[in-house]
Amino acid sequence: MDGVSFCVRPGEIVGLLGPNGAGKTTTINMVMGVLEPDSGFIAVEGSFLSTQRSNALSRMNFAAGYAPLPGNLTVYQNLRVFSLLYSVAHPRNRIDALLEQFDLRKFRHVKCGTLSSGEQTRVSLAKALLNHPPLLLLDEPTASLDPATARRIRLEIRSYVDESRAGVLWTSHNMHEVAEVCNRVLFLSRGRILLEGDPKTLPALHGKKNLEDLFVAVALEPLSIEQVSQ
Amino acid sequence: MNFHRVAAVLLRYAYLIRGSLSRVFPLFTWVAIDMVLWGYLTRYLNTITTSNFVPTLLGAVLLWNFFIRVMQGVTMIFFEDVWSRNFLNVFSTPISVGEYLLGLVLSSVTTSLIGLGVMLALATAVFGFSGMAYGAMAIPFLLVLFVYGISMGILGCALVLRLGPAAEWFIWPIPALLSPFVGVLYPLDILPAWMREVARVLPASYVFESLRSLVLGHAVSFAPVLWGMGLAGLHLFAACWVFRAVFRRAVRTGLIARYSSESVS
Repeated sequence: MDGVSFCVRPGEIVGLLGPNGAGKTTTINMVMGVLEPDSGFIAVEGSFLSTQRSNALSRMNFAAGYAPLPGNLTVYQNLRVFSLLYSVAHPRNRIDALLEQFDLRKFRHVKCGTLSSGEQTRVSLAKALLNHPPLLLLDEPTASLDPATARRIRLEIRSYVDESRAGVLWTSHNMHEVAEVCNRVLFLSRGRILLEGDPKTLPALHGKKNLEDLFVAVALEPLSIEQVSQ
Repeated sequence: MNFHRVAAVLLRYAYLIRGSLSRVFPLFTWVAIDMVLWGYLTRYLNTITTSNFVPTLLGAVLLWNFFIRVMQGVTMIFFEDVWSRNFLNVFSTPISVGEYLLGLVLSSVTTSLIGLGVMLALATAVFGFSGMAYGAMAIPFLLVLFVYGISMGILGCALVLRLGPAAEWFIWPIPALLSPFVGVLYPLDILPAWMREVARVLPASYVFESLRSLVLGHAVSFAPVLWGMGLAGLHLFAACWVFRAVFRRAVRTGLIARYSSESVS
């Protein structure tokens, strides 16, 4: 990563876009404290990750398809353990509400390892909302979901943001999804932020028809895009 | 220190134990087999000699097994996170290294006490062992071995975190590697000089030397056990320091995020 600097404001969904290997997951790993940046700082609501790690991490949560919850515990047991890790008040009520919200009630006592990948993704999303995080990190949250479930999940997250005024950092390779849910996008290429702007107006500014065409241009010709943006 | 987060580590292990017979059986099966094996050997030795081997041999094996249970109690719970690839989920929560380690230690207290209870019941009921043979010294003996077991468990976790899941095979033989040096079954005098030098820095060797001295009726001295306790404390401090350093390195290099046997180098 090289000179990556950005903020996610309350109530804002920021899309982190870029080709494979651009640095999206690396950026998310840094924000959630499992990878230390060489320089610079990460702060959540005034808590610095480097010096107030527990405080900063208690203000965020994450979901990613590559980090399913332990398969040897049931859905309820996993959520109960993570509710303790995040010191959630009234955990039973919160878990019941999330099971309802993500249509997981029938899987309450089912081991996570026996769920389909889409169901596991929903469990991860339920975990991610346990502590009402002011910052939500979502790494391709709808990658393994069918279109109907993916739409429902997008609506759930949008409504969470509207109600809680949380900020969301969202990576996805689905440009239609990004255009639908994100207020702002950051295009990463080779560890640097190449472009930033409104997903609805950014493609036209760079002579592209839509976000997908812009994505392809960033992936294939990052230098030409960089020169235009400068 | 947030006790909710410590309790989370404990609760996770309780859920795993509750739902799995294959995790419950090892808590008492191996210690019971060891007690039966060494109990009958002790009984046989008592028939061909005039000495009573129960407090020196069976008692020493019982204490050494307690050390092994404590150590493995810590590493097993850590391995559960390794096997379920749970590091990313756990270490992106607000839990601190200290809280995580305390959770491992408290879980180990529970499992090792179960093992100790089973061993005491068998050794007492079947082979006539009496903890009273050690008097009040039984408590410091157990305490030194407990602290030492915890420190070796934490050191084992640090090694696996640093070297990858495949390194768990370095951890299981650690007690077998230590046992010749600490003199579980024989006095340290019979060891060559270089092995005695190694034994000096191992807290458990002071326990087993004191145990034999006590049973043979020599004057009870607290000094060696206190020395053993001090050494065990030092080992614990060093193990925590090593784990913290390995964890920091894992965060600096991104190891936590991509932890698997294939990706650790």
